[in-house]
Amino acid sequence: MELQAVLMAAGGGSRMMDLTYNTPKPLLPVGNKPLIWYPLNLLERVGFEEVIVITTKEVQKMISTDPKVKLDVKMKLDLVCIQEDADMGTADALRHIQQKVKTDVLVVSCDLITDAALHEVVDLFRAHNATLSMLMSKAHEFTETVPGQKGKKKTGEQRDFVGVDGTGKRLLFMANEADLDEGVVIRKSIMRKHPRMHIKTGLVDAHLYCLKKSVVDFLADNKSISSIRGELVPYLVRKQFSKSTNSPKVIDETHQNLKKNDSNISSRDEELLHLTQERSCWNDHRGDMSDAYHGGRLRCYVHIMDEGICYRVNTLAAYIEANRLAPKLFDEPAVHPSAVVSERCLIGADSIIGASCQISDKTSIKRSTIGVSTTVREKVKVTNSIIMHGVTIEEGCNIQGSVICSNAVIGRGADIKYCLVGSAQRIEPDGEHTTASPHLMSKACSA
Amino acid sequence: MYHRYVVVALSRRKPNEGKELTKEEKQRLRKQKKHQKKQKERKNEKGPSETEKDKTPVSLLPPPQPVATQKAPSALPAPASAPIPVPASAPFHSSPAPSPADKPAKSKAELKAERRARQETDRAAKQPGSSSSGIKTKVPLSELNPVVKRLPEHVQVDDPAVVKRLAKKLERQQIPLRSDYGYKVSLFSHLHQYSRKAPLTQLLSIPSTVIHPSIVRLGLQYSQGIVAGSNARSVALLHAFKQVIRDYTTPPNEELSRDLVNKLKPYISFLNQCRPLSASMGNAIKYIKKEISNIPSQCKEEEAKTKLLTCIDRYIEEKIVLAAKAISKYAIEKISDGDVILVYGYSSLVNNILCEAFEKSRKFRVIVVDSRPRLEGREALRRLVQRGISCTYVLISALSYILPEVSKVFLGAHALLANGYVMSRVGTSQIALVARTYNVPVLVCCETYKFCERVQTDSFVSNELDDPDDLMVTRKGKTQLENWQDVSSLGLLNLVYDVTPPDFVDLVITDLGMIPCTSVPVVLRVKNLDQ
Repeated sequence: MELQAVLMAAGGGSRMMDLTYNTPKPLLPVGNKPLIWYPLNLLERVGFEEVIVITTKEVQKMISTDPKVKLDVKMKLDLVCIQEDADMGTADALRHIQQKVKTDVLVVSCDLITDAALHEVVDLFRAHNATLSMLMSKAHEFTETVPGQKGKKKTGEQRDFVGVDGTGKRLLFMANEADLDEGVVIRKSIMRKHPRMHIKTGLVDAHLYCLKKSVVDFLADNKSISSIRGELVPYLVRKQFSKSTNSPKVIDETHQNLKKNDSNISSRDEELLHLTQERSCWNDHRGDMSDAYHGGRLRCYVHIMDEGICYRVNTLAAYIEANRLAPKLFDEPAVHPSAVVSERCLIGADSIIGASCQISDKTSIKRSTIGVSTTVREKVKVTNSIIMHGVTIEEGCNIQGSVICSNAVIGRGADIKYCLVGSAQRIEPDGEHTTASPHLMSKACSA
Repeated sequence: MYHRYVVVALSRRKPNEGKELTKEEKQRLRKQKKHQKKQKERKNEKGPSETEKDKTPVSLLPPPQPVATQKAPSALPAPASAPIPVPASAPFHSSPAPSPADKPAKSKAELKAERRARQETDRAAKQPGSSSSGIKTKVPLSELNPVVKRLPEHVQVDDPAVVKRLAKKLERQQIPLRSDYGYKVSLFSHLHQYSRKAPLTQLLSIPSTVIHPSIVRLGLQYSQGIVAGSNARSVALLHAFKQVIRDYTTPPNEELSRDLVNKLKPYISFLNQCRPLSASMGNAIKYIKKEISNIPSQCKEEEAKTKLLTCIDRYIEEKIVLAAKAISKYAIEKISDGDVILVYGYSSLVNNILCEAFEKSRKFRVIVVDSRPRLEGREALRRLVQRGISCTYVLISALSYILPEVSKVFLGAHALLANGYVMSRVGTSQIALVARTYNVPVLVCCETYKFCERVQTDSFVSNELDDPDDLMVTRKGKTQLENWQDVSSLGLLNLVYDVTPPDFVDLVITDLGMIPCTSVPVVLRVKNLDQ
């Protein structure tokens, strides 16, 4: 077997607590499908037959019991539960399943929605015998107004500096602004080997990584690394250029230790590989006297997508944007066949109506997503909004640019603009709520 | 009995015969003529069907006959005999074409010549049908009819029937078909032309189950040019085969010797789709297949696998590593102090020779000639300069300028063909031609495992077309040929190989010694006898 897929679905969604305090992030509905469906669909389309899903017990329970959460994937899902309060990072989770990992792994995050051609990432991994291969995408500005956010979007997100070589494929440098004190520091050894480096900042990391098996084994030895994105990837990128140090747990040594275990086989194969490289006339760079890859054993590659959809749904803005674009990823009919839609209502072309909905007369639904089993009464105008499952919207309401969570009830004549209505909330009839008013959280949190 | 008829017929022919034949004699003569005709027909039919049973004579001009399919050709009068032919039952269908041509009354000499020719073809047929280079559809060596050899499929891409057959075969093996890219220059429209930006892996499932992962990796490395060069490709191929053999388990009720060969066939098709196989790879595949099929059936699986792995190691050691050492030894004798040696592109063998000669303290300098779009000479230059050899670097357009300085030319070869032609990187024949004009000796270095039984006199019939987009060059931010596909009268051609006639090559240095170019068929024959 060549690659094993691992789906990380244990994240808490800390940047969109408004949405995730009730529904765990992997099960948030996007385009009326649970968020976790998108990466699973991606893996299935590409041809995986088995996925190891690392998730919390709550999610596992919901997947198996809740009828609304339908994951119609044909793959075999191997659900591994971890304690929610254990505060495990992604690397910790990978360490947790080290026994199950028999070959190289493809780690995907549950909040990734993309139509990328995965073979580009995996081809880099295969062709160059890379240790790490990842996917990044040019970030798109979010155009939708985010409910509940006053004023302009604060640029609080720390920037990532990604350095690639001339071909745009080899990853030379990766640092987050938070880790840098004064400026971007680049070691001379990198500059000597790669005199031309392109540093990009406007990239979105898709959290899709191809890792060699030796990396997983290295993680098992090094318990200090807890996050793949935050610690492991920068470590590997740095390690490409460092001479092997004297520290006991170095990844090169892990490579060598593994090779010593199946000594006879690997040594002769290593010789053959070396002979191939020696006889081949290919070099990944030119201008200096070194061999291909500068003789380095560790190589990190990145595939940067120019066009196409690639979103990580970890903020409210991303969630709304994803809802807009998600329907383009699958070609199910916009209006679910089991929805009861009366004839005198206006449903825009880019709206999605979920199963078992009831849309009454004279309603107008534009650029919105209506969840499963939602009831919308007469004379309602819904624009640019996301309505989740089981919501009841009484007559005469006007909902604009808002997110209404599951099982909420919107009273008659309510006027909601750019708000976020929490789960199972009741909005009084004839209320008028705009961004100015505070969030309508659940009873437990409200003051 | 036969002769008697002949004599009679002759006598009838004599122009000085004045006497009129009687009616009975005339009738007898007519009967004899008919009988002769029938005998001749029967003899002609038996001739073809006695020889290679699988092949049927086909002419080149209309689409050639497939052996496997049963469909009758459009234009040919001689339909293919059944794939499982029985000699006697291929009677009046096969080759009525030659027999109408036979005149019933022939001279004694003509008939004798015919008989002799038939005996020769029988004798040729009895030889083991040693097939040509490791291309899948082999051209049969023993050709009974002087008509034409059947062409291998990979040089008939403009024939839709062949393409359909290939697609069907690949579908059966569960390998995706790689589609051709871009406009092909008409002279070369019979060859495949692929784009590097459309790798075969985008049509495969990602954890590849049908094809072994190391073969997928190898295919990618071939198509992206990471493993390039005849020797490197063969070594990489054998390395991948070692992994395949290691991971192989014999399914129940199957024999390793037969099943493993069948397992390797789709892998070879896949690699061929990624990049057409080289002659050296073909020979290596033939060797492995032979070794696998020679495994005795009572051999246990583990034993068989270790035996195969050691065979592969030995093959690489003998044919590549030790051969390189032997060739260096012979070649160093030819390098004298003060020499100016010209090399073209990157040949791992020639580089090896030069580095060893330098270590043996020969004083020489090297001129590296390079050509677009591959510019492989840069890598050769780097390796030579790294050793300390003083080098000059020119592009091939400066060849006639630099040649008066040169004392010897060392060329590498991709394959040596059976008629003495050298198949090598495109541009090599130019170098040899110009060197001949300046009376500079041309020495070709080639290991014997690259000798191939194909015969070619031009670079058109069988070649490889590389990605035409490689010819685009960006200077100062502008790419002139960016939209070449939109210009209807423009075609980009990126050839990979060309053939050099043996008159331009002075010496071939192989691990068997230094031989003239015309002795290649002798080496091939000796090799075949060995096997």
